[in-house]
Amino acid sequence: MLDVVGHVLSFSLYEGLVFGFVAIGVYLTFRVLGFPDLTVDGSFTLGGAVAAVLIVNGVNPFLATLAALGAGLCAGLATSLLNTKLRIPALLAGILVMVALYSINLRVMGGANVSLLREVTIFDQVSEFLGVSTRIAYQLVVAGVLAVIVFFILNWFLRTEIGLALRATGDNEQMVRGFGVNTDMTTILGVSISNGLVALGGAVVAQGQGFADVGMGIGMIVMGLASVIIGEALFRPKGVARLLLAALGGTFIYRLVISIALRLGMAPGDLKLITALLVIIALAIPYLQKKVQREWLPPAARW
Amino acid sequence: MLRLKKITKVFSKGTVDEVKALDKINLDVDAEDYIAIIGSNGAGKTTLLNIIAGVYPPENGGRIIVNDREISGLSEYRRAHYVGRVYQDPHIGTAAKMTIEENMAMALLRGQPRGLRVASNKQRRELFHAALAPLGLGLENRLNTLVGTLSGGQRQALALVMATLSKPAILLLDEHIATLDPRTAQIVLDLTEMLVKRERMTTIMVTHNMEVALRHGNRLIMMHKGRIVVDMNRGQKADLAINDLIVAFERASGEEFVDDNILLPSG
Repeated sequence: MLDVVGHVLSFSLYEGLVFGFVAIGVYLTFRVLGFPDLTVDGSFTLGGAVAAVLIVNGVNPFLATLAALGAGLCAGLATSLLNTKLRIPALLAGILVMVALYSINLRVMGGANVSLLREVTIFDQVSEFLGVSTRIAYQLVVAGVLAVIVFFILNWFLRTEIGLALRATGDNEQMVRGFGVNTDMTTILGVSISNGLVALGGAVVAQGQGFADVGMGIGMIVMGLASVIIGEALFRPKGVARLLLAALGGTFIYRLVISIALRLGMAPGDLKLITALLVIIALAIPYLQKKVQREWLPPAARW
Repeated sequence: MLRLKKITKVFSKGTVDEVKALDKINLDVDAEDYIAIIGSNGAGKTTLLNIIAGVYPPENGGRIIVNDREISGLSEYRRAHYVGRVYQDPHIGTAAKMTIEENMAMALLRGQPRGLRVASNKQRRELFHAALAPLGLGLENRLNTLVGTLSGGQRQALALVMATLSKPAILLLDEHIATLDPRTAQIVLDLTEMLVKRERMTTIMVTHNMEVALRHGNRLIMMHKGRIVVDMNRGQKADLAINDLIVAFERASGEEFVDDNILLPSG
């Protein structure tokens, strides 16, 4: 019994960390920039596909993972350019790039999936380097180290002069332009970084599960949103560092609940429905509360 | 210092809603000018500020020159170096989800390249402290407070300090005290006077309040239907009362003065 609890906890922690990259990416666009970016489903798969294909072709897995991050940056660049330079609404721009990425991912992989079963991944390299052969142990080390690196870089970046301009762009675009910030640039930067992180998550997940698949990104945006919302609700974070930690913590709780539900017999196919319901409830509660208190709220934005 | 030449702005061009917001405006502003602009709704006051700030370009042929440099082609964020601005709505001049310190750090780098240095340090905090202390609102001791939790008056005072922190050459005030209660409005107005004098910024203040327009600044401009109809210097406006202003307006525009809003004396 304890064994099972330990396994579920440690596995959820691993998943919380790797999918945490997606949550942090979603947090950057939805919350920091106020840019509802749906590229995520495509860029997650793109990360997995690029890393897998490069590894199969003999590239060092760390380099392959880095390349996946770069590919994600480009996906985010495409979405943000559509929005800032061609004035296509953010939601539509994200959907367009996401759909385009489906074809691109098939091209990158040359098929619907790529197996990594006999390939050397970052997990194998770390396992060998540390002399640890317990799967969950080295998985946690890899995910943990990457998460710590990402956390420290972002926590620093969001406090720099550029980082502040980026946050202010999401907060008050008119003001920040008045202070001489090119808000097109900050938007492009933020959306690109976000998708780079999402692709990094995809690359690590693909190596962890031993394959990349064209459908692996479906529903990632909703999962990321669910994680961010859970993190905000549970930890009520204030300040950059805590917001980032809350995104990671939210992902851990989300994966934990899912793991438990799966063990209790939930059909894996129902996962996305449950997640969608969770997000709907979380988004509807604030409105319903105000409605009960007879407060007025404007109609929801259509874009 | 600031010269506007043949500035015209037409909205909804080519439709039945076409409005000529500015009609061939020529304006020479001296470096030491502190101009108060009054005029009824739709006179083009805010449009004029938007043109100077670069929110949108003037129609073809219009030129904006600052210190002998043409800036008509520069986008809004590139003009920020020259132009500081306070809006009517305190929410526009400050960022709610960021702290006072972060807002000030944003403002400090007006028009300068932003890099990968951490935005605030001890030296800058001392600078912010010194800039906020004269307000007498205690904001200097609450640098880590989120701006969204401040009152409208506090936010507007902060917005004014932020707009002037890096000493832009031109300060645009767009009815910046209109939404404040009388006491706070007076505080912000006094602060404006102090900052304009101390930093010697060229200032253009749009107001609905004739008394404010008469008492503040060295020059008074009245606008009507996109044109400047009255332009008085300090000597000409010194002994005027509100009634004289209305007479001057009616003589210049050839129309009866109708704006209940503008007659309200300051509280």
